[in-house]
Amino acid sequence: MADEVYLLKGNEAIAHAAIRIGADGYFGYPITPQSEILETFSEQKPWETTGMVVLQAESELAAINMVYGGAASGKMVMTSSSSPGVSLKQEGISYMAAAELPCLVVNVQRGGPGLGTIQPSQSDYFQATKGGGHGDYHIIVLAPSSVQEMADFVDLAFRLAFKYRTPALMLADGIVGQMMEKVVLPDWRPRRTEEEIVKTCPWATTGCARGRKPNIITSLEMEPDVMERRNIHLQEKYAAIQRDEVRYEEISTDDADYLIVAFGSCARIAQKAVETLRKEGVRVGLLRPITLWPFPSEAVANCAAHTKGVLCVELNSGQMIEDVRLAVNGDEPVYHFGRMGGVVPDPDEVVAALKDKLMNEK
Amino acid sequence: MTKEDIIKPENLVYQKPALLNDHPMHYCPGCSHGVAHKLIAEVIEEMGMAEKTIAISPVGCAVFAYNYLDVDWQEAAHGRAPAVATAVKRLWPDRLVFTYQGDGDLACIGTAETIHALNRKENIAIIFINNAIYGMTGGQMAPTTLLGMKTSTCPYGRTVELHGYPLNMTQIAASLSGTAYVTRQAVHTPAAINHTKKAIRKAFDYTMQGKGSCLVEIVSACSAGWKMSPQSANTWMKEHMFPFYSLGDLKDVEHQEKEKQTQS
Amino acid sequence: MTQEIIIAGFGGQGVLSMGKMIAYSGMVEGKEVSWMPAYGPEQRGGTANVTVIVSDERISSPVLSRYDTAIILNQPSLDKFESKIVPGGTLIYDNYGIIAPPTRTDIKIYKINAMDATNELKIKKAYNMVVLGALLSVCPVATVESVLKALHKKLPERHHNLIPMNEEALRVGMGLIKPM
Repeated sequence: MADEVYLLKGNEAIAHAAIRIGADGYFGYPITPQSEILETFSEQKPWETTGMVVLQAESELAAINMVYGGAASGKMVMTSSSSPGVSLKQEGISYMAAAELPCLVVNVQRGGPGLGTIQPSQSDYFQATKGGGHGDYHIIVLAPSSVQEMADFVDLAFRLAFKYRTPALMLADGIVGQMMEKVVLPDWRPRRTEEEIVKTCPWATTGCARGRKPNIITSLEMEPDVMERRNIHLQEKYAAIQRDEVRYEEISTDDADYLIVAFGSCARIAQKAVETLRKEGVRVGLLRPITLWPFPSEAVANCAAHTKGVLCVELNSGQMIEDVRLAVNGDEPVYHFGRMGGVVPDPDEVVAALKDKLMNEK
Repeated sequence: MTKEDIIKPENLVYQKPALLNDHPMHYCPGCSHGVAHKLIAEVIEEMGMAEKTIAISPVGCAVFAYNYLDVDWQEAAHGRAPAVATAVKRLWPDRLVFTYQGDGDLACIGTAETIHALNRKENIAIIFINNAIYGMTGGQMAPTTLLGMKTSTCPYGRTVELHGYPLNMTQIAASLSGTAYVTRQAVHTPAAINHTKKAIRKAFDYTMQGKGSCLVEIVSACSAGWKMSPQSANTWMKEHMFPFYSLGDLKDVEHQEKEKQTQS
Repeated sequence: MTQEIIIAGFGGQGVLSMGKMIAYSGMVEGKEVSWMPAYGPEQRGGTANVTVIVSDERISSPVLSRYDTAIILNQPSLDKFESKIVPGGTLIYDNYGIIAPPTRTDIKIYKINAMDATNELKIKKAYNMVVLGALLSVCPVATVESVLKALHKKLPERHHNLIPMNEEALRVGMGLIKPM
């Protein structure tokens, strides 16, 4: 059963995966292009099988605060939305980063700013990787580029979130959310028992049973000295994540004269461009950051070294390129190619951009 | 008779509930929060739920409620306590889950969360402290500020033209299908305190019995915000608050059920 | 083998579900598949298109610049996609409502009267199955058996009585192909 192959949308795969790995709760609010997540949960009725709670909240704000409540009580809880809705969730994400609560947030990005468009985009890169809400914090950001990764990263995100007691975000987009591909869903895993939660999350507000002192989950601290110590603790945790949790994929980088850096669905388009260029004899490689935060700076620098230049392909005006430039540190030229507002470039546009910007074939 | 003769268990007429710890409260003299905290502690103790309670504190004067009552607490973002409590109760259905919120938190920034949690019939209790002013931030206008009442952001008195009407959230709550028990109480006299305690007990009991969401409004004095002595604040509350926010039960599903039975 | 297909027409013509049938049939045959809709709020009436890739190899981009095969069901889609077919590729289009027929000479073009053929069938909703039949007869993207197997797997049991009618629609579609 475990290896049965399904044909699913990325959005659907997320819901199926969450049910199977024993998630405790999903709280969401409809918004295109990710409503299939809530719809799939509702159709699957996990409350009758695994006991998972599913609730359509009154707003994204309410949904993220439901996640706060669930996470603060040690449960494995998640929410999902698309760009405008994720902006609303930033309040709760900041509180959760501060209160050190594990959770999963999924952003199936659409073009902005404002209400923008319902078409795919990657223009929330800054928001996702630089904190997003107020205060000095980061959250773990995973960028799935296939339906399989939409399914697989649910478990990965929860594992990282609980390991480091911090929110994790899957930064997807309308392409990978709406497209269907073959997918092998994760194995069934029972939800954690009360005993397991109490044991593995001794900090959680599970009710003050077994005579321990009350647990208090708060992000508030009036003493600046104490608050600074809290911040230092957070920064130490982030340093550990940056040291140990960087993930990326390299494709044809070994002999590359040119390097493309792209994430998520855009990396798939760029990969096709690499295939096309390779057929023409151009030695191009692709580096796909899987964790956007922590960003694979070292890998980017290593791959970019000995190349004639780097092209960042993003569905935005150039956001990840800032991290790529920091990584390369001026050693190689770094250019941007992207489309905005929901326009998705096809592989030939990427080929043309690389030739234009890096090979001077005008 | 020596002091030791008097301090004997059989002579004990009153003691602080064990759940109320010795942390010095930051509340002002004459504030109603302290009494409300004590009543909640007593009720949880009497219900034997001390080890099964998850409480949600607000943003406002009661933000530090978690420092005073020895149960598990979550500190919610401003106004979001009912959403936080919703998830906690659904994920831990056998726990006693309640929020403790002020008027700004519940009736202004958290209006949507409050109404939807109540209307969804979440089995949570909301303790609503209404003193018609923002205490923590220094006395600004609240959604429940009375017409004519002066605050730092309506220094010439609240007017309909400039600020609109005070919001009667408890009345709205009573009209929602998901609420089981909605009541408005006060803690300005020993008798009122007794009534409020009974109301909190009933609200907590109803949520544990799965009857639905419960709202206990406690009309409160804010002597500091109102710029009065504690005593005159209580008098002012009786004269001005109670006519608009009248005390008593607004809804009790148990009474409604009994009435239905006698009619049929 | 890799087949890169665009299906385009009006919303409500069954464009997306036809794409799903191709993807699902390819999966039944153990191939790699991807189905990428140009999604929008239009459930009916607007334009709809979907890119379907069926391949023996891992699929890189679900978004394409050019297509091996285009199935075109209205004029705006013909205007948009005729130029994006690879030389030597295939264009199948329903003649219904087409006022400016395709002009390319370096591709195989098949005109079908699928709308008319469907109107003679018992179930009018089988339009996309008629078109799919036409595709199957010129493009070996999947066998009829795989499509029927996919239908069996995909349709809920209570709708299995519809499978024979869908098969009939497929056969009708296969008979529509006449090279220009």
